[in-house]
Amino acid sequence: MTIPGSHLSIWGRFRQMTVSLIAVFMFTTLVLYLAGAPPWPAYYHITRGALGSWIKFSHVIKAWIPLMLCSCGLLYTFRIGLWNIGVEGQVMIGAVLATAVLRTGVDDSAPMVSFFLAFPAAILGGSAWAIIAGWLKTRGEVHEIFAGLGMNFVAQGVILWLIFGPWKRPGVASMSGTALFPDYLWLSYVPGFRLSPVGLVMAIMALVATALMLRYTRIGLNLKAIGANARAAVLFGLRPGRYMLLAMAFGGGFAGLAGAVQVTGVYHRLIPAISSNYGYLALLVVMLANYNIWLVPPVALFFAGLNVGSIQLPIVLQVDSSLAGVIQGALVLTVLAVHGFREWRKIHRRRSTENMAAKEAPADV
Amino acid sequence: MFEIDTSIMLAGVIAGAAPVLLATLGETITERAGIINLSLDGTILLSAMTAFVVAYNTHSLVLGFSAAALVGGLIGLIVAFFSVYLGQSQVAVGFVLTLMTRDLAYFLGSPYARLHGPQALPFSIPILKDIPFIGSIFFSHSLPVYLSLAGIFICWWYLFRTPMGLNLRSVGENPAAAYARGINPGLHQLLYALCGGLLVGLAGATFSLAVKPGWGRPQGAEGTGWIALALVIFGGWHPVRAAFGAYLFAFLQIIGIYLQGWLPSVPTQVFQVAPFPLMIFTLLIISYAQKASDKIVPGGETLTRPAGHHGHRWLQRLLGLLTGDAPAALGQPFRPE
Amino acid sequence: MQIELKNIHKHYGPVRANDGVSLTIRPGTIHGVLGENGAGKSTLMKILTGFTRKTSGTTLIDGHALDIDSPAMAAQYKIGMLHQEPHDFPALSALDNFMIGRVSGISSHRKSHRSELISISTQLGFTLDPDAQVDRLTVGERQQLEIMRLLALNIRVLILDEPTTGISRTQKEILFASLKQLASDGKSVLLVSHKLEDVMALCDEVTVMRQGKVSGRMTAPFDVNQLLQMMFGTLPSPPVHQPAIPGKPILALKDITAPGGRAGLNNCNITIREGEIVGLAGLEGSGQGVFLRVAAGLTNPTRGQITFHDEPLNGSGYHDFKKRGGAFIPASRIEEGLIPGLTISEHFSLNEKQDRFFMTGKTALNQALKSISRFNIKGRPGMDAAALSGGNQQRLLLSLLPASPTVLLLENPTRGLDLGSGHWVWRHLQAQAASGSAIVFSSSELDEIMMVADRTIVFYNGAVVMDTPTHQADADTLGRAVAGGAVPQ
Repeated sequence: MTIPGSHLSIWGRFRQMTVSLIAVFMFTTLVLYLAGAPPWPAYYHITRGALGSWIKFSHVIKAWIPLMLCSCGLLYTFRIGLWNIGVEGQVMIGAVLATAVLRTGVDDSAPMVSFFLAFPAAILGGSAWAIIAGWLKTRGEVHEIFAGLGMNFVAQGVILWLIFGPWKRPGVASMSGTALFPDYLWLSYVPGFRLSPVGLVMAIMALVATALMLRYTRIGLNLKAIGANARAAVLFGLRPGRYMLLAMAFGGGFAGLAGAVQVTGVYHRLIPAISSNYGYLALLVVMLANYNIWLVPPVALFFAGLNVGSIQLPIVLQVDSSLAGVIQGALVLTVLAVHGFREWRKIHRRRSTENMAAKEAPADV
Repeated sequence: MFEIDTSIMLAGVIAGAAPVLLATLGETITERAGIINLSLDGTILLSAMTAFVVAYNTHSLVLGFSAAALVGGLIGLIVAFFSVYLGQSQVAVGFVLTLMTRDLAYFLGSPYARLHGPQALPFSIPILKDIPFIGSIFFSHSLPVYLSLAGIFICWWYLFRTPMGLNLRSVGENPAAAYARGINPGLHQLLYALCGGLLVGLAGATFSLAVKPGWGRPQGAEGTGWIALALVIFGGWHPVRAAFGAYLFAFLQIIGIYLQGWLPSVPTQVFQVAPFPLMIFTLLIISYAQKASDKIVPGGETLTRPAGHHGHRWLQRLLGLLTGDAPAALGQPFRPE
Repeated sequence: MQIELKNIHKHYGPVRANDGVSLTIRPGTIHGVLGENGAGKSTLMKILTGFTRKTSGTTLIDGHALDIDSPAMAAQYKIGMLHQEPHDFPALSALDNFMIGRVSGISSHRKSHRSELISISTQLGFTLDPDAQVDRLTVGERQQLEIMRLLALNIRVLILDEPTTGISRTQKEILFASLKQLASDGKSVLLVSHKLEDVMALCDEVTVMRQGKVSGRMTAPFDVNQLLQMMFGTLPSPPVHQPAIPGKPILALKDITAPGGRAGLNNCNITIREGEIVGLAGLEGSGQGVFLRVAAGLTNPTRGQITFHDEPLNGSGYHDFKKRGGAFIPASRIEEGLIPGLTISEHFSLNEKQDRFFMTGKTALNQALKSISRFNIKGRPGMDAAALSGGNQQRLLLSLLPASPTVLLLENPTRGLDLGSGHWVWRHLQAQAASGSAIVFSSSELDEIMMVADRTIVFYNGAVVMDTPTHQADADTLGRAVAGGAVPQ
């Protein structure tokens, strides 16, 4: 896989973005018409659902945090040329391990110990889950997409089994998840906002750390070198297999952390949909950001806004909230199309200027 | 509970495998032309939804199936267009489409969830159905199931016995050389991504109009697309072997259902996710077999050194059954200068 | 059919690959286009066959101006080309390859095509099994198949791009005989080559190209010195060869069998000594490539023993080899040697000791600047390695080697380089050998091996068939060995 390098000016990027947004807007409007829903109210409710109040915006930030964590992890794996589609399952296993550790803290004399252990446990869990997929890739030569995807389904199975089996609530086992944790095991949050500043700090630290890692360290350069040409990297003394596992471990670690934040900061229990599809969504975020780390935060914020904003749609307009996913997918697709079209035009323009230059050249030699 | 009527079970395998088989055949054609359509999982859902909604509103099964096929074909076409003309990664586009078509299916289909709609009913083929044993297994199904059976043969014949199939394979093997011989690789890839997509669309319709009638969230077709993608590899890009894989998969699924009855203590989640570790395991076996067969015959036989001189002839044959080479130019777009 | 190319220009950015080339090919003749690598021959042929569009100029076919814009159109005008790299389908059978592009629709007519293939092949004196899978054929056989396919298309102009690279002497004789037969049947044959010997043996008329321009024309009989003068202007001086006295053994391969390539490697026994330059001869894929990769630790042998200074070095990979001061440079430089997307400076960064967590770009930058001037690389430290020309890529690869390597393994080190760069590379390598490094290189050019190697090892079908001091062998013996005519020792 090659990562398209973007050499656009800010103005060019802005223009590209505008064109894409207009195209997506038209497509979405068409889809809404097909569904028999009024487009304008739908856009209005999405916007209001995301930005209507500080509380609502705090929900957006709450979705932004795990998205950011997953996206940062994906930057490592994309850098070495791996499609870590298993990020979804890595979030889930992170959540499972966080829950497992937190459960020891319920009614314990020192609950804080298990609270603080929940995070490293989740990171290790996510990493391990990712390393299994990486190992299948490097040793078993099973494509990471199949390996990761299979592991996602397995992780989902594990969660369901735990919720309906060993961890079921006393008396009832249902899709609503395990018993709620006591609030001393919650990530502290700002009163009234239900938003954890700790989670926010983690997301920002992940961003800065990833940026430093990829830009200024040997690991960053090595990942890039192997991603661009693994065979040549061997001749430079690098071991691609090891670095692939390392990249997977980083990716899985960040995803696992996101899972822990979902448990401690958002749901305060394990639910079947604990990952909220943020893993898959993060893949789209990174693609839309064109693998550029500094574009990840705004794109993630926009996607989080769409997700949160469309939650209201079933209630107010009787349409499904999966509209957000349609918009997000269409956006990535359009940007890819615009990108491809620019390349195509560049080639054609070069061809025609060559011809022009040749015509101006003296006819005979 | 412990008795299984073999012919009923096998008939169930033939019917149950129909959607995944159609999708696998479609993807085999597309990949043989060098295009990976990764969007299968979402495409199947979107076409299943389309089939149900169209059939429900028009009371016409034919329209339902056609609409689904068109949706599948269109998505295949998008993947190929992005690759051939816009130079974008097939994996990236396919992945985005997987997620997007799935959400689109849920979004547009939600008003139709859990409604009772039309479905394709099984009918027996006269005379043939009276063949003992075989008759009841193969000749009392619904139309899409017959279609899937015929599809195996048609795909094989088209790929390996017609000049058009030869051209198709040439594009997947070496588009630059095909271009040098006056074949337009891009056009072929668009065409066969479309054709493969049509079959994937039919697979979706077969779910919502025959095998798992109706629409809902979840529909029950989730994950099938990924299994089909894995089966293409399992089948070594050969329609007959891929069909064998699809039937094996359906057989294991049915065994799973029986097992669930026999072993109530095993949580149901184990059976639900079982296909996926199985998929990984199968791919693992295949890649090991490939490695082992490469080792036995270094670089293949040559004119002076015939195959099998190591005395591993039977092992080689066994490995040969398990391995198959991917089209050499799979996933690599070609652009003439 | 008469073809005239008039004042053809092809510009890639500032590079003028073709700069006003004119050429006339008369029917029934064999016309040679001679020139060293990079002279613009291939570009001209690509224009004639519709693979590339010319920037300006005219193509006249039987006096009519035509713009051939695709290979399909060239085929329509009965122009066919045999490419240097076989343009075929290795996974398919010979008969399938013969049919692709000529058949369409539903019914295959396999039988009639099979008999057509067999009849053409008997006509030309080829022996070829129609059902053989093409990747099991030799390069020469794949060429024969391609020529037969073109003939079945009824082409009237046959263009051959470097057809004698990678085929045996016998196959070359068969090929030349068939080409002469085609010309006498009234077809035009265009032979593109950088080998004087081939052109002189075959052609009626020669056009010589240099730096994108026509530097001269000549009809048979040819004068060698004059042709050389046209090809190179003033001849660059070849590196002077001073035979070395080999020192202690460094790298020894004993009874090595390994997979890879067309023939793998069978029971290979070779010992490399300090300070010697060893040339590996053989047809493409005869085992020399596998040998280099096994010696470097990149491919694991299935059997046998590798020792480095008498210590076993089995299966421990390239890293161990590198640690002992060895290095390997592959033939495909940008595909396997350098990293596209990384700058020259970043390549030096990668090459540094991996001991610190953070990078200091400064040392790498200094290193890059120093190497650019010392190795005469035309590029800046911030330039993408993929943007360098082939010769500069090779210089960069050499500059990344350790200062005094123990063993240097090189695969076709001068392939695709112009003569000047090639000589530069050899002067550099000879200096390294003089300071004690052992140098092992493979080459498809016997001339190159005879010019620089102290010792020549010939591979045939995965086995060593000859291992001799170069000064004790002559071109004829070596050539026969390469083609499989030597008795294995």
